[in-house]
Amino acid sequence: MAKKPTAAAAAKAAAATEETFALRSLQEAHAANKRYAASDEELLHFYEQMLLIRRFEEKAGQLYGLGLIGGFCHLYIGQEAVAVGLQSALEAGKDSVITGYRDHGHMLAYGIDPKVIMAELTGRAAGISRGKGGSMHMFSTDHKFYGGHGIVGAQVPLGAGLAFAHKYRGDGGVCMAYFGDGAANQGQVYEAFNMASLWKLPIVFVVENNGYAMGTAVKRGSAETEFYRRGTAFRIPGMDVNGMDVLEVRAAANIALDYVRAGNGPVLMELNTYRYRGHSMSDPAKYRSREEVQEMRDKHDPIEGAKAELLARGVAEDRIKEIDKRIRSIVAESADFAENSPEPEMTELYTDVLVESY
Amino acid sequence: MSIELKMPALSPTMEEGTLAKWLVKEGDTVKSGDILAEIETDKATMEFEAVDEGVIGKLLVAEGTEGVKVGTVIAVIGDEGEAAPAPAPASVAAAASAPVAAAPAERPAPAPRKADPAVPAGTNMKMSTVREALRDAMAEEMRRDSRVFVMGEEVAEYQGAYKVTQGLLEEFGPTRVIDTPITEYGFAGIGTGAAMGGLRPVVEFMTFNFAMQAIDHIINSAAKTNYMSGGQMRCPVVFRGPNGAASRVGAQHSQNYGPWYASVPGLVVIAPYDAADAKGLLKAAIRCEDPVVFLENELVYGRSFELPELDDHVLPIGKARIMREGKDVTIVSYSIGVGFALEAAELLAAEGIEAEVLDLRTLRPLDKEAVLTSLAKTNRLVVAEEGWPQCSIASEVMAICMEEGFDHLDAPVLRVCDEDVPLPYAANLEKAAIIDAARIAAAVRKVCYR
Repeated sequence: MAKKPTAAAAAKAAAATEETFALRSLQEAHAANKRYAASDEELLHFYEQMLLIRRFEEKAGQLYGLGLIGGFCHLYIGQEAVAVGLQSALEAGKDSVITGYRDHGHMLAYGIDPKVIMAELTGRAAGISRGKGGSMHMFSTDHKFYGGHGIVGAQVPLGAGLAFAHKYRGDGGVCMAYFGDGAANQGQVYEAFNMASLWKLPIVFVVENNGYAMGTAVKRGSAETEFYRRGTAFRIPGMDVNGMDVLEVRAAANIALDYVRAGNGPVLMELNTYRYRGHSMSDPAKYRSREEVQEMRDKHDPIEGAKAELLARGVAEDRIKEIDKRIRSIVAESADFAENSPEPEMTELYTDVLVESY
Repeated sequence: MSIELKMPALSPTMEEGTLAKWLVKEGDTVKSGDILAEIETDKATMEFEAVDEGVIGKLLVAEGTEGVKVGTVIAVIGDEGEAAPAPAPASVAAAASAPVAAAPAERPAPAPRKADPAVPAGTNMKMSTVREALRDAMAEEMRRDSRVFVMGEEVAEYQGAYKVTQGLLEEFGPTRVIDTPITEYGFAGIGTGAAMGGLRPVVEFMTFNFAMQAIDHIINSAAKTNYMSGGQMRCPVVFRGPNGAASRVGAQHSQNYGPWYASVPGLVVIAPYDAADAKGLLKAAIRCEDPVVFLENELVYGRSFELPELDDHVLPIGKARIMREGKDVTIVSYSIGVGFALEAAELLAAEGIEAEVLDLRTLRPLDKEAVLTSLAKTNRLVVAEEGWPQCSIASEVMAICMEEGFDHLDAPVLRVCDEDVPLPYAANLEKAAIIDAARIAAAVRKVCYR
């Protein structure tokens, strides 16, 4: 004879259902309303920002080839819709952003002047870090962009700290902390998840899953390849988002930010995207086929997608061409600036080590 | 047969404690597991359990007695039905001595000591433990600046693993005194990020041994970001906690990280010895715009020193202090080593050698000038450091003397450091591994050719 379920077991089952619902609710809300209803002007703006990142990165790649940029240089080509879609939902001057070493795109998406970014890449005094940071270490406290961090995963607890500061001050700000599918395997990420959830910190954790942690395909390095599920153990709701469509990204960002701003604690977003170039400039990318890259470029490119949509909406092609032209000149100007600015003075070697003198 | 109950050692560093409360009375029958008394140690109030069965014969130490030495007989248990036995003569002596030992609860520091020139002459002094001085420094800075908060393991409800944060939760509440999970890498990163976001975090590590898990954030995130950002990104965080060998806790819990952090540009590293420096420098560290590693010492927490009674006792970072003046030789040290150096100076004074004891106090930036000035005066120098010899603060001070003080040297500089081995557990081996006054005195005799 089957036993009747006890009251306790029933309550537990109900609670479990409720919990599952809470953890999945944002994903469900996203599935129900996938794309942001952008006006033509908004979409044109997104297109322009993505194109700026694309052209800027192409130019950076060229300058690297010419020996004007040294060291590591990680390009964002292919991933543009992620930074543009997410950051368009943030409030400038209020919300903070932090990321890893593939940081040029996030800075451009936050409206930071391409000239000072490019000049940092070439190691010049006019660079945003006075030439002392380089590609991986750029910051703009004016824009609440907090880097630019070279140690894989370190930006995740740092981002939780920025969120802690938002909450402590009660300034209503949210931190958006980006990291890659590779960084998602670092232990400190989960230490940060735990505390962020425990203390209900206002933070959106963003996994930019571009398929490869340097040369290691996601399935070779991750037991759970659905990164948005990885917050479940910490009661952080997850969202699985197409990172190749700027309007899907933006729609998801709105849902996540509403949840976080309401004081519910963190959200974990997985943005499925793809980088067309190697991990860094020195990466021959032998771990994947040309066909795979070509397929993404041909069928899923976020910029081509936005362009096609603009045309389908009846936006005049001239307006798009005008944007293309403007972006080319902005990027050319930033490259000229970066090439022709002087290197830092030798005295800069000793400045900014400590703030105070002792 | 009667059983003597002795004052238990309830922590690795406990030498004496307070018998806060008896929970049994004479004539009570007790069995194994019953709580007999509450004993206050240097870290917490602990319950003292019965291990044996029997009838409480005599309570030999009164409730509220402070400074009861570990090993003192505090009560006697007799067999059931057995009359309360007369305590053995030894126990009587021990019990009788307890109230006497109780007078100064904390070990006094060696004298004589030179007044700190940073403290105005004529300032009233009161006695304070280093532990209280550190707590007061944090409390005063928290009252002064709402951006200051404290986070770490057991800092709030538990009142601090070593009681350094005692009372802070009560005064400042849980938004400013924050218990973290055991997750050093994570909370060091959160503290660093909060500093980047404009707050003034004081991040406590239960000990600096555990900060090894977090060293990436201390060095890569906190120390370098101001430079890498061309001066845009401030990171005014304080990482603090006990450093160096404690007592009988073995190699993984006994290590001096002073030389590690002091080698990193972008960090300020402070390692005070006495209560006045602990307070004045911790307040300075909290106000400082740079990231600070503040190295305390568990064995010194309970020691009492004179502390200036000033409304706002803040000391300059980066300045060494002459703890004792002398003309024959300089002993340079920091943290717990200063105590050994002062002891050694006493021994040497009896032999007619006047040693100057210089406490570095800040390890980065290092007060070279103070070292060289003292060397120019005494022409002989010994470095005493509770830590390993290779790549140490001692090696650094020796290099400074060679590079910039060579003409003043009348003898090679010697260093007295811990033995170059992981710290052993066995009491005799541990004692053999760690510096002491006798070894410092021996090195001084050598450089004085005595």
